[in-house]
Amino acid sequence: MARSLRGRMRGWDVMLFGILAVVVTWNAIDTPGYASMQNQVNLLQLGIERSIVVLAMAFVIISGEIDLSVASVMALSGAVAAAMFERGMPIELGILVALLVGLACGAFNGFWIAVVGLPSLAVTLATLIGFRGLATMLIEDRSIGDFPQWFDTMGQSSIVGPFTFSILLYGVLVIAAAVLLHLTGFGRITYVIGNSKDVARFSGVRVAWARIRIFMMSGTIAALAGVLYTARLGSARASTAEGFELDIITVVLLGGVSIFGGSGSMLGVVLSTFLVLNLRNGLSLAGIEGNTQTGIVGALLILSVLLPNIAASVQDRRRRRTAARDGPGGTPPAPGEIPEGAPAS
Amino acid sequence: MMDAVLRRVRPDQVRELTLVVVLVAMIAFFAIQIPNYLSPRTFTNITTGSAIIATVAVGQVLVLLTRNVDLSVGSIVGLVAYTVGNSLAGMGDVNPVIVILLCMAMGAALGAINGAIVAYGRVPAIITTLGTLALFRTGLVVISGSKTVTTDKLPDWLVSIPSTSVITIAGVDIRVLFGIALVATIVGQVVLRYLPYGRRLFAIGSNPDAARVAGLPIRRDVFFAFVGSGMMAGIGGFMWLGKFGNITVVSGSGLELQVVAAAVVGGVNIFGGAGSMFGALLGALLIQTLQTSLLRWLGISQFALDAVLGALILFAVAADAIILRRMQEAWVRVRRQDDARARASRDGEAARGT
Repeated sequence: MARSLRGRMRGWDVMLFGILAVVVTWNAIDTPGYASMQNQVNLLQLGIERSIVVLAMAFVIISGEIDLSVASVMALSGAVAAAMFERGMPIELGILVALLVGLACGAFNGFWIAVVGLPSLAVTLATLIGFRGLATMLIEDRSIGDFPQWFDTMGQSSIVGPFTFSILLYGVLVIAAAVLLHLTGFGRITYVIGNSKDVARFSGVRVAWARIRIFMMSGTIAALAGVLYTARLGSARASTAEGFELDIITVVLLGGVSIFGGSGSMLGVVLSTFLVLNLRNGLSLAGIEGNTQTGIVGALLILSVLLPNIAASVQDRRRRRTAARDGPGGTPPAPGEIPEGAPAS
Repeated sequence: MMDAVLRRVRPDQVRELTLVVVLVAMIAFFAIQIPNYLSPRTFTNITTGSAIIATVAVGQVLVLLTRNVDLSVGSIVGLVAYTVGNSLAGMGDVNPVIVILLCMAMGAALGAINGAIVAYGRVPAIITTLGTLALFRTGLVVISGSKTVTTDKLPDWLVSIPSTSVITIAGVDIRVLFGIALVATIVGQVVLRYLPYGRRLFAIGSNPDAARVAGLPIRRDVFFAFVGSGMMAGIGGFMWLGKFGNITVVSGSGLELQVVAAAVVGGVNIFGGAGSMFGALLGALLIQTLQTSLLRWLGISQFALDAVLGALILFAVAADAIILRRMQEAWVRVRRQDDARARASRDGEAARGT
């Protein structure tokens, strides 16, 4: 079972890669210079904040939970940094406090979910409204800008070659997330919790603490993305990043992470990030506007689960028909082989 | 004393009673704080303000009970409101009943798409409805070509709906919009409590494995829960059209979270198997009362509204989980004691008889 699952996951990554290659080639034929480094960098830059949050959301969903509050944390962290700056404090301090606020938001979510035992869908729905509410309390309906030069350039200008600070940071975070998920104990624990919290507890994992840490990570990364987004836009507003949570979750699920937790890979998630970016860009090059692109991504999300299901059920039906033709009982189990359904000793 | 109470009420009745108490307490508080608060106007504001959410929530409860969720309702509301509004703009007089039926049919058809994918395609509801949330919205953009339906093109009877009352009791108006919500809630509650279909929804949500073993038609029931949710969202689209008149491509977006919030505050378990239509209605009223009143209360900035709202939802979910868990345990304990006592006395009589 474990092997077949892993085989399927790898198949998933291959499929994503295939679609990505087709999309990029298609666009490159239509538009010269599309596949160039510069264009790909520009593409990534447009969705960089969401792409960063996607990495943390993968951990949350693999652990069997969901975090709807990330976009609100993004708005709150931008608002905190901007409000402190407005009151005459250095923006560096504002950024630091914004990140700590993100950490606290994550801990708050994690407390209600892991300690009190409330469903994450309900808790983060409440904090989706509440955290943005805090941002609204802080900066009301104003737009705060006029940040120092270096803060604005951090969001927009290239530092090394064509790469901006955000993209370099994203690169580092991708590697860190992949290592954390696939090579460390924390990553293993994330999978185990996603598969079964009871198994995790009986294996001696401090389940509640691990789950709180996952939400703290999600909050902090969302806050970081919020600061970067504020830098790129050059201003902070309470309504910033509204609705981003659904985009982010879509990319993670399209990347092959199971909504029920316990499976998924960082490679798939990163591939799906690039797939969605390229798909959207290709569609807008073809003159299809933003709202329609969202619909196509939505259709892709449904089909990515629906088609394998249909294939599996067709296969299942064919197997059953073959079994029925072969007569009742099927082939007798070979001597020494444990028949299916026998209790494991 | 406590035991005596526990013998008479069920935990979900306690839940609804608590909501009523909280609602009354909240209104009492604002009545003290805000001058001229207890007026027919406040009543009208709150009831019409929560009508659309309460109506759509009736469908959402059906889906939530089965351990699923329908995030596409906001897009269905927008799509139905635009399509029907746009065709009305081109026509002359149309019978209101036909318009409502058209909205319901269109919503039900969109809901059937969700239901088919979830129940028969075995795609998790959150993935499916996240996808159709985007797809239906895109459908609206494509159909409308980003144009707007405006009030002046709609028939007069439709535009005057928000200011029409079903009945006026002692100066207090029950508006048509709230009337629709009330009827929807009552019909929904009857379906849940008295029809086999409603009972099966509880069974499926409480324990899907047991429901399967018992031979319940899970797929068909879940399918129709989504059809019902779409249909209620279709009615919501009709109400939206009457209330706002001007329909743009963003009409109804974000409504899905408000609807889920109303249901959750109303004590509907997001993991299925528990909840009621009255609870969802009370949840919608509670949220609307808070929203309407905070805008008029000087004790707190209007910008704090969402922060308070988030805290309220979290509080409702936490209180529900913690208190009801205790209550349920106590309730089971009392019932067991009673059963044991009954058995003991029966055994005693049997012993005397021989």
